[in-house]
Amino acid sequence: MIHVTIDGMQMEVQEGTTILQAARGAGINIPTLCDLEGINDVGSCRVCVVEVEGREKLPTACNTPVEEGMVVQTMSERAVDARKMALNLLLSNHHRGCFSCPSNGACELQDLCYQYGVEESSFAGARKQIETPPVEGHPFLSYHPELCIHCERCVSTCAKATGREAITFRKTGMFGIINAPFGEDYKDTLCESCGNCAQNCPTGAITEKRKKKYRSWEVSRVLTTCPHCAVGCQMYLLVKDGKIVDVEAADGPSNHKLLCVKGRSASFDFVDSPRRIRTPLVKNKETGEFEEATWDEALDLVAEKFTDIRDSLGGDALAGFACSRSTNEDIYMLQKMVRTAFQSNNTDNCARV
Amino acid sequence: MTNTIQDITQDANLILLIGSNPEEAHPVFGMQIRQAVQRGAHLLVADPRDIDLSQKADIHLKLKPGTNVAFVNGMMHIIIEEGLQNQEFIDERTENYEELKKLTASYTAERTAEICGIDPQQLREAARLYATAGNSAILYCLGVTEHTSGTEGVMSLANLAMLCGMIGRPGTGVNPIRGQNNVQGACDMGADPDKFPGYQKITDPKVFEKFEKAWGTKLNPNPGTKATQCFHKMMTGDIKGLFIFGEDPVRTDPDTNHVIHALQSLDFFVIDELFMTETAKYADVILPGRSYAEKEGTFTNTERRVQRVRKAVEIEGNTMADTDIFTEIMNRMGYPQPKLTPAQIMDEIASVTPSFAGISHERLDSEEVDGRGLQWPCTGKDHPGTRIMHVGKFARGKGLFQPAEYRASCELPDDEYPLVMMTGRILYHYNACAMTDKTEGINEIAPEAFIELNTADAEKYGIADGEMIGISSRRSEISARARVSDKTRPGETWMPFHYLKAGANWLTSAALDSISATPEYKVCAIKVRKLSPEETEAAEASARATLA
Ligand code: SF4
Ligand code: SF4
Repeated sequence: MIHVTIDGMQMEVQEGTTILQAARGAGINIPTLCDLEGINDVGSCRVCVVEVEGREKLPTACNTPVEEGMVVQTMSERAVDARKMALNLLLSNHHRGCFSCPSNGACELQDLCYQYGVEESSFAGARKQIETPPVEGHPFLSYHPELCIHCERCVSTCAKATGREAITFRKTGMFGIINAPFGEDYKDTLCESCGNCAQNCPTGAITEKRKKKYRSWEVSRVLTTCPHCAVGCQMYLLVKDGKIVDVEAADGPSNHKLLCVKGRSASFDFVDSPRRIRTPLVKNKETGEFEEATWDEALDLVAEKFTDIRDSLGGDALAGFACSRSTNEDIYMLQKMVRTAFQSNNTDNCARV
Repeated sequence: MTNTIQDITQDANLILLIGSNPEEAHPVFGMQIRQAVQRGAHLLVADPRDIDLSQKADIHLKLKPGTNVAFVNGMMHIIIEEGLQNQEFIDERTENYEELKKLTASYTAERTAEICGIDPQQLREAARLYATAGNSAILYCLGVTEHTSGTEGVMSLANLAMLCGMIGRPGTGVNPIRGQNNVQGACDMGADPDKFPGYQKITDPKVFEKFEKAWGTKLNPNPGTKATQCFHKMMTGDIKGLFIFGEDPVRTDPDTNHVIHALQSLDFFVIDELFMTETAKYADVILPGRSYAEKEGTFTNTERRVQRVRKAVEIEGNTMADTDIFTEIMNRMGYPQPKLTPAQIMDEIASVTPSFAGISHERLDSEEVDGRGLQWPCTGKDHPGTRIMHVGKFARGKGLFQPAEYRASCELPDDEYPLVMMTGRILYHYNACAMTDKTEGINEIAPEAFIELNTADAEKYGIADGEMIGISSRRSEISARARVSDKTRPGETWMPFHYLKAGANWLTSAALDSISATPEYKVCAIKVRKLSPEETEAAEASARATLA
């Protein structure tokens, strides 16, 4: 065990613990931007710098392991000044069109600048000379280099969490270039459209395009389970004015804040699709066409026909199949209906299909 | 699954992936398998096709389709031959080992390799790695079950795990990855011809009596007929009335023509659906139900984890909650069923299902559970749920080895239909696409069906990559675009089954697994041909129209 003092609090932590982990464990908040636990610890943004007694340089808390006897100040004047300077530098390469940015109000850079009173950058922003145009050929995802702070969260997310390595970071001279696979040729890349990189982007640089249709403070979030496959990822449905507008990954036991393209992008458009059937339909035997009916008409007809068959031929002449996409409660009631009212055990589900 | 996704991907030293392509069918599980490989876990892939994970595998055993049972028997033969079995586990926790030894004796590495079309040396290495890695987990999916010998395939995998004592610990087990979001739940909830909820057999008089009492009515004691066999009974007139809740067998069941004839033979057919599916078109009455986003409830994932589904929206129109639809019908047919909320229904489930006794919405929403769901068996209010099955003891006491012989698939290629076709899923769609194809971007990314053809076969038939071709089996003909590569072996093809036009199930065989009645989707015999210019044009136009 190692002994450290952070902001006057003495603590004992495991060897190999970072200053950031030790501080968080004690409830001390050090701001971070590029850090993503277990995924990204490149220490590029320098927002988490702290002062360590006896050290000239201010280390980044996210990737500096604690040492025996270390005394750390997280909010010393030097640390706070350095943090402001880091934000100032990040902002110099970041277009500040916050009003038109889909991440407005949900931007970690914006939040930190607000917190530290950094409104303008005093630097020219060297990267602007080599700036490349936005990458927007993908149906769901886009990348705006002018909003990118090169924290590499997306690169690490894709490489280490998604395990895909579809986004690359390459150095050209003093500049780095993020190569986002969302161009017209997206089908020829390794990208799986999962959007995990977008969810982890601290600014609006990589976003799901639909994010433009709502502001983060306008939506309510409903925690639910993905309706597609049996991994059972936990996710939030984002609801604005009674309509689902987007999905965010939640930290579920089987998905750990990850989703795939089906959960993130194909789990809500169908809900209120114009193709939904919204009223009972009964087929006209003569024309073969479906005609709208009231619930009473439809349900009475169903009950009458099934009762006839049951009473004349016995329950074994009836069958009822459940859907393995619907809820346990639905399925339980369906099989109960078949066994009690139909008097039949001809009930099954599409597990074999 | 016997284990959890987390312990398999974090604690296993080796993952044996057989007949499963999780990167496309269970993507977030696939992502975590990639993480496991990055952390240094060994990976063995046994699959007839090159999947992305096979490139990351220590060994890819590119099995001939339908030879899983032989493959697993061969692994066991080698393990026993080299003395790598876990004798202590076998002695203490299993029975019938001698039979297994006898049966696997003939599956020498050479003979097995011959049957499976693989290299005997690779098979030996795979067997050694599995037996000696420390914690080895088996993951399998429909590539094992969707064969006429599917049940034997599953039993063989259980034999292998027991032989090496790879069960009842984190990072081990025999883990079927269930397909759809709530297949596990559908089976658990008693949508099954001979089992009540919680796998309680209707032929057990005590159980039967319990349900008659709980539901306050006389029940029919005759075990029912499995769905896949019901279609046959519809044609013979033994089944006259059918209620389908949200399934689309015209699209998802094999041999589409057969299914349509069956539905047309019915006197009365009712469907509870969200969309005008191909199946719904044959219904006499369509009752508009509600989607997962419009209701409270639970799904059970492949880890047996019961998790909450919550209502987010209401849509305009005259739809009805599905449980209310069933309740209405029950009452109108003379069974008095009070209207219950989903939470009350779960309480009723808990009251009749021992393995769910401790599960309620209230508990799932509590701080105690903290959004992690509850894994059944969960036998009481203070039972924490069961993360890993068979720890220390099997559910039935001793683990029983059930040795099984390899049998060839029902429909093998011949002179007339010389190619094998396998079917499967792709990343961007789900089953019949009823949900996924309502998202424009998805259709843009994955707009149309295709068939994967081996380079040698393509050369033989003069077919170019990207060309529209005709594909036929004994049952039907469709057209789809050829993707020429070496992903499948010569003589083998692969097709996704999601699409309406060029639906692979027009071709597949209705042969069923002899025990579970699962259709043999994975193997059917086909032939391919070049299309005339007119036919090509028509096929292209039809592919374009698929999205309209
Ligand atoms: S969408 Fe997914 S696969 Fe594509 S770049 Fe982002 S993380 Fe990688
Ligand atoms: S997000 Fe993807 S992996 Fe997760 S449950 Fe949904 S479909 Fe399955």
